[in-house]
Amino acid sequence: MISLAGRDILHAWGKFLFTGIGLGLLIGVTLTMAGVYRGMVDDGKALLDNSGADLWIVQKNTLGPYAEASSVHDDLYRSIRITPGVAMAANVTYLTMQVRKGDSDVRAMVVGITPGQVGTPGWPPYLVSGRPISRSHYEAVADIASGFRIGDLIRIRRHEYNVVGLTRRMVSSSGDPMIFIPLKDAQQAQFLKDNEAILQGRRRTAGNPAFNRPAVPGLLDSVIASQSGNPYVNAVLVTVRPGFAAEDVAASIRRWQRVTAYTRTQMEGILVGKLIATSARQIGMFLVILAVVSAAIVAFIIYSLTMDKIREIAVLKLIGTRNRTIAAMIMQQALVLGVIGFVVGKITATFAAPIFPKYVLLIPLDSIAGFLAVLAICMLASVVAIRMALKVDPAEAIG
Amino acid sequence: MDKRGIRIEGLSKRYGEGATAVHALKDVNLHVDAGEVVGLIGPSGSGKSTLLKCLGAVIDPTAGRMILGDEVTYDNGWKVRDLRALRRDKIGFVFQAPYLIPFLDATDNVALLPMLAGMPNAAARAKAHELLTALDVQHRAQAMPAELSGGEQQRVSIARGLVNQPPVILADEPTAPLDSARAMAVVRILNDMARKYATAIIVVTHDEKIIPTFKRIYHIREGVTHEEAGEGRAIDHGAST
Repeated sequence: MISLAGRDILHAWGKFLFTGIGLGLLIGVTLTMAGVYRGMVDDGKALLDNSGADLWIVQKNTLGPYAEASSVHDDLYRSIRITPGVAMAANVTYLTMQVRKGDSDVRAMVVGITPGQVGTPGWPPYLVSGRPISRSHYEAVADIASGFRIGDLIRIRRHEYNVVGLTRRMVSSSGDPMIFIPLKDAQQAQFLKDNEAILQGRRRTAGNPAFNRPAVPGLLDSVIASQSGNPYVNAVLVTVRPGFAAEDVAASIRRWQRVTAYTRTQMEGILVGKLIATSARQIGMFLVILAVVSAAIVAFIIYSLTMDKIREIAVLKLIGTRNRTIAAMIMQQALVLGVIGFVVGKITATFAAPIFPKYVLLIPLDSIAGFLAVLAICMLASVVAIRMALKVDPAEAIG
Repeated sequence: MDKRGIRIEGLSKRYGEGATAVHALKDVNLHVDAGEVVGLIGPSGSGKSTLLKCLGAVIDPTAGRMILGDEVTYDNGWKVRDLRALRRDKIGFVFQAPYLIPFLDATDNVALLPMLAGMPNAAARAKAHELLTALDVQHRAQAMPAELSGGEQQRVSIARGLVNQPPVILADEPTAPLDSARAMAVVRILNDMARKYATAIIVVTHDEKIIPTFKRIYHIREGVTHEEAGEGRAIDHGAST
């Protein structure tokens, strides 16, 4: 038996091809949306992977340092370092801000890292070019997505930093490229006020009779000195010694240090389950809408194509064609349309993904799921046309 | 002559019930022998289309008896179970417009029926080619319907009607869109094919040009048929579609 669907498609290939391309662009948008979600999750995981930490020690009862603000003293790491099971502990600051790149701004996550070497928690695990930060001030390692090159100058607040190394895929959970600078500089950038604000603060302190007591000389100077320091960091990153369970070490730190400690699993839950949950739901809604729109379009196209063949269907039924042959013809056409659409959509998404400003991750599993969904949608969408075709009276061929 | 053909006895068809019922056919009797071509003529609304649909197993009669070839297909409410297979195997259709499937070439338009009946593609195509040759349209076998002339399309349509060698062919106004010469050519082909394949052919028409060619004619008026002898005028064998 010849394939009626195949013959019809070959006969009207232009109509099918262009309709398939139109549908494919819609499927391409759908696949890209799924890729945007996967990219967000991957960015979140990359952030955790790249930190090199097993535990995140943050301000008590906060979801910091990524999902909420967190502030802990920068000497906390010393007491954590002597907790049983802790291999390394290092301070870190995170601040998402606009940094100057020549005459323009770049949105980046500025990460303050302690002096040390590659492998220290918070440090970028590898560089694609250049060298790590070796000086205590005014050097930076930037992610290649920021657009900086080695030798460029980055202006962060009042200071300029020389780019000495470049990394890749070092991004925040929002996809902003990371710029690593020495911790002290980062603390300044995050907590230090401008000169005018410092003067105003000093005046305000001097005007407070609690701090400016004539009978206690030196008190005011001491208070002002304490206000001028920046003894805070956002988190302490910890690596755990082999043989110790991260959860046990975290429990010990929570108990004795009066802080909140998150394991990798918990931090992943915060990033994926809380930080990007709303965005994920938003994208999920878009995917549902796009799937419904795709189904409606396929249904309309197949219905129109079938309507165009009412007389032929009546003749086919009159000459003894089985209903299932006619139904198969319509369904096969819908599936072919879906396959054309998926191929076009996949190609579109593959070529469009790198153009997006944020990371779009197209994974094979999503493609397979998308392909099956397209086939299911096409089969469902063809039901309306099939019902209509099966209702066609063979007598219509006679008149 | 083999008497297979088609025979209907006391056929009636009523639409609706009670006071609003319309009796489209009333006690219709008709027989066409194998190899014979008869005309069925009548004014609009006389019941021609209803009779054609009953004969074509598209609608059920209300009462009567219908025998196709050597098989009773309808008998006062009883009917064969698989009307689709009955139409495919026992009835050939030739329409006013050819109604060829636009996405199949001439050969496959004809071969589709035997393929639907389960014949292998190659055998079905060979059979189609044989008929296209008999109808002198074999040189257009690979052409799509849109590439064929009106006469060629009608000949392919006749080949499709004949391909399963049904005992009866129902031709509904097959010459309506054709000029006199081409209309006569179609009638000649129908007569030739009826004899060659021992098929009974009923030609529904109001085409005055071809009516004199029938040896027997059924007039239908207000749902009742009357048989009369036709002129049986000879057809010019030089006519071509």
